[in-house]
Amino acid sequence: MATSYTPPSERLWWNEPIERTEVLWITIAFLWCLFMFYFMIAWHWTGKQNLANEAYRIAPEAYAAKVKAMTDQYTVRTETDQNIPVVHPPAGSDVYLAASLWQWRPILELEKNKTYRLHVSSLDWMHGFSLQPENINVQVLPGYEMVITVTPNKAGTNAVMCNEFCGIGHHTMLGRIYVKE
Amino acid sequence: MATINTAYRTDPVSGLRIFKTAEGLIRANAVAAVVTLLLGGFFGLLVALTRWPAVHLLPPDLFYMSLTAHGVLALIVWIIFFEIAVLYFCCTSLLNSRLATPKLAWVAFWLMVGGVAMASVPILLGQASVMMTSYPPMTASPWFYLGVIIFAVGALVACFIFMATLVIAKEERTYEGSVPLVVFGALTACVIAIFTLVSGAIILVPTYLWRVGLISHIDPLMYRILWWAMGHSSQQINVVTHISLWYLVAALVFGAKPMSEKVSRVAFLLYIGFLQLGSVHHELVDPGLSSAWKIFNTSYAMYLAVLASMIHGLTVPGSMEIAQRRQGYDKGLFEWIRKAPWGNPVFSGTILSVILFGFIGGVTGVVMSVEQINLIIHNTMYLPGHFHGTVVGGTTLAFMAVTYWLIPVIFKRELIMKGLAAWQPYLFGIGVGIFGVAFMGAGVLGIPRRHWDISFAGQALAYDWPGMAYLMMNIGEIGAMLMVLGGVAYVLITVGSILFGKPIPENAKPYPKVPDADVVGGNKHIGAGGFEAPGTFVFAMVFFLTLVLYYFINWKYLSTVWPLT
Repeated sequence: MATSYTPPSERLWWNEPIERTEVLWITIAFLWCLFMFYFMIAWHWTGKQNLANEAYRIAPEAYAAKVKAMTDQYTVRTETDQNIPVVHPPAGSDVYLAASLWQWRPILELEKNKTYRLHVSSLDWMHGFSLQPENINVQVLPGYEMVITVTPNKAGTNAVMCNEFCGIGHHTMLGRIYVKE
Repeated sequence: MATINTAYRTDPVSGLRIFKTAEGLIRANAVAAVVTLLLGGFFGLLVALTRWPAVHLLPPDLFYMSLTAHGVLALIVWIIFFEIAVLYFCCTSLLNSRLATPKLAWVAFWLMVGGVAMASVPILLGQASVMMTSYPPMTASPWFYLGVIIFAVGALVACFIFMATLVIAKEERTYEGSVPLVVFGALTACVIAIFTLVSGAIILVPTYLWRVGLISHIDPLMYRILWWAMGHSSQQINVVTHISLWYLVAALVFGAKPMSEKVSRVAFLLYIGFLQLGSVHHELVDPGLSSAWKIFNTSYAMYLAVLASMIHGLTVPGSMEIAQRRQGYDKGLFEWIRKAPWGNPVFSGTILSVILFGFIGGVTGVVMSVEQINLIIHNTMYLPGHFHGTVVGGTTLAFMAVTYWLIPVIFKRELIMKGLAAWQPYLFGIGVGIFGVAFMGAGVLGIPRRHWDISFAGQALAYDWPGMAYLMMNIGEIGAMLMVLGGVAYVLITVGSILFGKPIPENAKPYPKVPDADVVGGNKHIGAGGFEAPGTFVFAMVFFLTLVLYYFINWKYLSTVWPLT
């Protein structure tokens, strides 16, 4: 007789009936699989957290210029002894955040419950945008400008850290997003 | 003209034929596997001792070096060497066939060894601390890429030798009818391996050329998609291989046969059709890819590969249950599992592999590969939690369990330290369980993976984690220490048995082979309520409810973060 490591005892094993336990389990599992598939699609209409798929190819220098233009126009103060600019752009505007070895610049100051078009890109290597404690994580690639339309709904201080390994200074790569009432 | 060597011995333990030409190759690949597991595990220990906040052992350069070495050796090299040994074993001993082109198989072996050495030296010298993913434009020593490519070529050659052996076995009629299910599974793994290794070549060859200056630019997004077509699919080879071994162990320990050849084989075919779409799991929050593309691929086209895993998750323990019931353990729902040989590491390692793979690796994998939920999980500690559930709890533990059976069969030695061997799967498995669950928790709190210092000491913009995050990291690394102990025990037993185990002479009396449950079992009407495996069905429903509950908990959590589109 056969086991799993010998050839099947019935040459026409295809015609053997399937036991009840398996039939029931496969039915349940398959229905659940279909549910999960459609739920992911449904969330694009019913849910509020979906990436927009809006992205552009851009040269790092061109992106750096956009960040600089915004920073020059809307800087309200500087922080820390490195004089990191804190930028308070108008509600509803395009906001630019640049990742580079090893910092997130500038510090952003946003208003609660206002919607912004947050642009993120890297000026050199791959980085990972990780906003904490909110816990929103997206991949940041050089040459790609990602646009996330975001509505901060909690006031407070959020750290931006890097969660894609980017060399020896990776763990020092920090930035900040303030959300004001 | 070389003569064809068809010499074999009949192994007294299993009754299987061990072909002379394959035997040496299986041994060599298995030994290379265990050696790299030892090295990879050592670097894993260093990583764990550094990410353990209470210890924080290494400086950053050595930490990132160790993490790269750990990933390359433990995730890729150990597993692929062991898989090649499994492939050679399946296509020869299980099909009664000689191995195709044994000389070429030795070339493949030495290519793999040479490739590993070539990639490892720059890693150890600190010239390739780029993580195993080596994302451009970050650069490593060119020898690193070349070493990985050469290793992959060796593995690819071995895959084709496996397939050639199937052709020979068919041609020479060494078996009747269809190939055994375990060989069918191994063939599935081999097909996926070929897809995997070719994907790797498609991206790593240009990356190498870019590194030596012959190509000007590697697109980072293209790199990620193609690299993960290798990186993710290589983990699918593991899944398919360890599931094949689950079936093997069910047969070895219980004399079980598949509940249904048709169901199990179709489930393997689903893997071939859909598992390789998994590359996208790594790009769910990348710029430049559409949601439609992500949803189709991330769900393996409507979760058909998940369906396959859920099927195997039922049919493997289900076939054990039916075999046990046929042999008389037919009382109630769970007598069959209570009376299972829990002291036999071949069984205990396998059943723990089923549980850890399902409840930790499987549940987390399904949840975090949801397009939107990935936003709250991508690149956090949740990932190491997840893939140690799949690759360590699932694959490595299954490989360890089978090793205890293979040592007498392939190396003709009895196991030493049988008492320790009986405990080893529990030690290792519980370690993986703690590690997995704790890092799921740490990941939910946002702790990044691949990070030297989450305390951000001395940083002006430092972020204070909640105390719970540190607690989770500390607990997780205690789990890692248990894994290390279990790993050390495994290497001790394995190497010790090969070197010092009592030799089993060729003419030894056959060990009492486990009889096929179908033959000895008088019980025809087994089970309850019209189900032949009602106990397994109860376990399956526990799994199902866990998955459903955990799935919705994560949607709930996602719904609380900033609205974004």
